[in-house]
Amino acid sequence: MSTTYLEAIREGLWEEMERDPNVFCIGEDIGEYGGAFKVTAGLMERFGARRVVDTPISEAAIVGASIGAGLMGLRPVAEMQFADFITCGFDQIVNFAAKCRYRWNAGVPIVIRAPSGGGIHGGPFHSQNPEMWFVRTPGLKVVCPATAYDAKGLIKSAIRDNDPVLFFEHKALYRKIKEDLPSEPYTVPIGQAKVVREGRDLSIITYGAMVWTALEAAEKLAAEGCSAEVVDLRTLVPLDRDTICASVRKTSKALLLHEDTRTGGMAGELAATITETVFEYLDGPIVRVTAPDTPVPYSPPLEEAFLPNAEKVVEKARWLYRY
Amino acid sequence: MSALHATAAEIHNAAPAARTPEAELAHKCLHFMLLMREVEDRIERKLYRQGKVVGGVYVGRGQEAIPVGSALVARPEDVLFPSHRDMAVFFVRGVPARRVLAQYMGRVGGLTRGRDGNMHMGDLSVGVVSIISALAATVPVAAGAALAMRYKGIDGVAFSYFGDGSTSRGDWHEGVNFASVQKLPVVFICNNNQYAYSTPLNLQMACTHVADRGPAYNMPAEIVDGNDVLAVYQATVRAAAHARAGNGPYLLECKTFRMTGHSAHDAAHYVPQGLFEEWGKLDPIVRLEKRMLDQSWAAQPELDEVHAAMAREVDDAVAWAEQSPFPEAATLLDDVYETL
Repeated sequence: MSTTYLEAIREGLWEEMERDPNVFCIGEDIGEYGGAFKVTAGLMERFGARRVVDTPISEAAIVGASIGAGLMGLRPVAEMQFADFITCGFDQIVNFAAKCRYRWNAGVPIVIRAPSGGGIHGGPFHSQNPEMWFVRTPGLKVVCPATAYDAKGLIKSAIRDNDPVLFFEHKALYRKIKEDLPSEPYTVPIGQAKVVREGRDLSIITYGAMVWTALEAAEKLAAEGCSAEVVDLRTLVPLDRDTICASVRKTSKALLLHEDTRTGGMAGELAATITETVFEYLDGPIVRVTAPDTPVPYSPPLEEAFLPNAEKVVEKARWLYRY
Repeated sequence: MSALHATAAEIHNAAPAARTPEAELAHKCLHFMLLMREVEDRIERKLYRQGKVVGGVYVGRGQEAIPVGSALVARPEDVLFPSHRDMAVFFVRGVPARRVLAQYMGRVGGLTRGRDGNMHMGDLSVGVVSIISALAATVPVAAGAALAMRYKGIDGVAFSYFGDGSTSRGDWHEGVNFASVQKLPVVFICNNNQYAYSTPLNLQMACTHVADRGPAYNMPAEIVDGNDVLAVYQATVRAAAHARAGNGPYLLECKTFRMTGHSAHDAAHYVPQGLFEEWGKLDPIVRLEKRMLDQSWAAQPELDEVHAAMAREVDDAVAWAEQSPFPEAATLLDDVYETL
């Protein structure tokens, strides 16, 4: 029985709520309505309004209340209706939640689920990838699953983590991908990248929905005789530098890919990590394939031009392969 | 500690059998107000000027009745969210003065081990949550703590403190609205000292009173004489009973006046001088002592000894804090996460 990425997240939430009575969900329209994307559908029927809390349109209250509940020993899972709206709770996340442990030894065990990413014609305010605002804030963990298996395993690990975790679920993947999941309970550890395709000639290092783009590109490159390795970061903080550097040591070439915009994107941090650690193994410049530095446009031809795709990756990879 | 002199705490604890409950409460209030006044005076007028406290210093001189009168109502299971002029909340909850002083001096003995300064501290073991500098940020957090207490079946109340300026912020309105919609057990305590840094009330809000904001949230709101500690206490008893009974949040607007600048480096020239004189006559400690004498809850020699004992106690606390080491630079990277 195949499980979609969306259903996998729901299963993870469900299992954790069954396992631990301190886990509860909080957000806008998540109860009877089941959430804007229906991730939480059925949870209220099973667990009741006490554990599936519908809130006003009030992201600062959603995150703030989650922090308060987390400090009191509960494990809230807050839903941002769209990752774009996380800005309205920004201070609560980066100034309150992120700094509590360091300042006064108070753990804030909260998860903030944020449906992110483009490709659904959502326009400038329903398509963004705001992960870097949080990646560069010490005290927060940032998770970006690409598969149904990882989405379920990582949401469970995020809920069990004693620090605040930003969980970016790519909404274009919600119903697009599915796979058979183990019938036994499992978790996926936070902080471990995964080589999802072995290769010899270059490493495509990416995360989130772009993992699928990278795999599509790798398939095309294989037909041209270029063997591309694909590394799925899965977690951006903490970053699995060992897996990244091991891959670059092996292939000697790195193509960094993300859907987020270019300047200050994850690729810059990855490039710095690679040059600091395995510079002498490199046989070519580190290259980036990212969205350009623009807001996410609405009209289909513009959005298509904005988003990285397999063709853009193949073109850059081909150049790097021949370098 | 000299055996010849009782400590302030001993005097405070040694209630003569004859003391009425009212007298006993008055003595407790006096103890904590004096302790806050004395500790803040040392910090602002001595340690800061000596360079032993660095950065900014913000005191609640003249506003001590608000944290004292309210926090004394709290039960052990309640959770308090003091703001930056509410130091006495820590003392009422049992945090020793020496640890607060070490906090201000950036020492390991402080509640944040030198990670943060001034009133940016908390201790969950006594139910006190730390503020952050973005004021009003604790308001929705307090609502969440109240939600958690109800969730767990704990009969507790969250005490959310803030100033008049905080009520202009979105976080304040979001937190109050959420608490009202969910009928959460929160007592919102406004320390209305009439200035937010240099901004007077008429540039802060178009309503006359912070309490005027209550009806918009279907929340009872009460205006309290914030310089009368027993009035604050009684109002908080009403507010906490309302919240604890499941009737939702309750707003107390405690009217007071900031008897200093915003911080130690602010001479507050923007405040009309007459106001300091006018409010100086309403000093909450002087008022309480007069009442204690009038009601025969205390005699003057007893009050004199309370003052003297307090000075000695804070001397000892300062000495302890100065002995507390600075944090090792090698600890810089610790505790950003529990596990990475």
